[in-house]
Amino acid sequence: MPHETAVHEHEEHGHVFVPQHRHHFETEEQQREAGSFGMWLFLLTEIMFFGGLFFAYLLFRNWYYPAFAVASNQLSVPLGGANTAILITSGFFMALGVWAAEVRKRNILVITLILTTLFGVAFLGIKYVEYHEKWEKHHIPGAHFDVSEFVNPAAHGITDEQPLSPDMAQHTQIFFFLYFAMTGMHALHMIIGVGLLFWLTWRAYRGEFSSGYVAPIENFGLYWHFVDIVWLFLFPLLYLINRHPLH
Amino acid sequence: MAHQISHDQAHDPPNVTNPEHAEHHIVTPVQYSMVFGTLLLFTGITVWAAYVDLKVLNPIIALAIASFKAVVVILFFMHVKYQSRLVKLTVACGFFTFLVLIMMTLCDYISRSWGLW
Repeated sequence: MPHETAVHEHEEHGHVFVPQHRHHFETEEQQREAGSFGMWLFLLTEIMFFGGLFFAYLLFRNWYYPAFAVASNQLSVPLGGANTAILITSGFFMALGVWAAEVRKRNILVITLILTTLFGVAFLGIKYVEYHEKWEKHHIPGAHFDVSEFVNPAAHGITDEQPLSPDMAQHTQIFFFLYFAMTGMHALHMIIGVGLLFWLTWRAYRGEFSSGYVAPIENFGLYWHFVDIVWLFLFPLLYLINRHPLH
Repeated sequence: MAHQISHDQAHDPPNVTNPEHAEHHIVTPVQYSMVFGTLLLFTGITVWAAYVDLKVLNPIIALAIASFKAVVVILFFMHVKYQSRLVKLTVACGFFTFLVLIMMTLCDYISRSWGLW
């Protein structure tokens, strides 16, 4: 009975007209799917964007391997690891926020969005501490870059690294350039995300997302989790994989 | 609105009965907590593994753990496991295209100075 089934499903969809349902979509489900689809297309362009940076890292690490290994080991694993945990926690609260919007609990939604923001800001705070240390050590690429720690590690109290030749030591600048480009672009995404979170928290507080209109929360959640995923790859690539260089 | 549009005029039946219209799934806080625990656990494992000298395997294990964590985030935090085929296919196509671009660039890189590495 294909026809009867069709009629049955037709009725089952029902037509409760809710304010957020735009007239050019047949059903709310269709509207929702179109929204997710569009958000994912945007995120795929973001994958290509960060992908270029990841690929540059792969090639230059292959080329100037000793410089990349030594420069990478300057980064602090405890700070990077803590930041990974903080970012995962922020993503967890974001996911709970989507749930709160789905089940229409306004207060829980507002609280989870605030916690998402707090952990996001904590991440940026630790990132600032790390950047500041690089600034003080003159490890920011450019005219004031200082290679002395890489040419003569013993003089800086570093006993477990071999000295680099002066020209290889200069190539640590490429590592730090990519480090600042990748973590900087990631941090910029976080800063934009925190700005959006303020706006969404205000709207959630006004009760805009607790009557069945979940799309802005859901799509922002996709963005925030995407930023998480970028960091899940940045952390091992920048901080972890050079602890045992192949000499 | 001056006049009411009848149901059949306003909605095209083939669209309304689209089989893609799956029941909307809400992931529970319990599931999210399990995903959260998994992600923290594997973060700990990857930090620990970085300090063990595994030679050439160190970067491979680190990237494998990162990929596993990314898949968990995509499937559960980003709800792809419960999305329609359209969204699943879109996500898969995106990563596949990225893989193709990486492979093509690597082929160029490795073949430019053939035998001189």
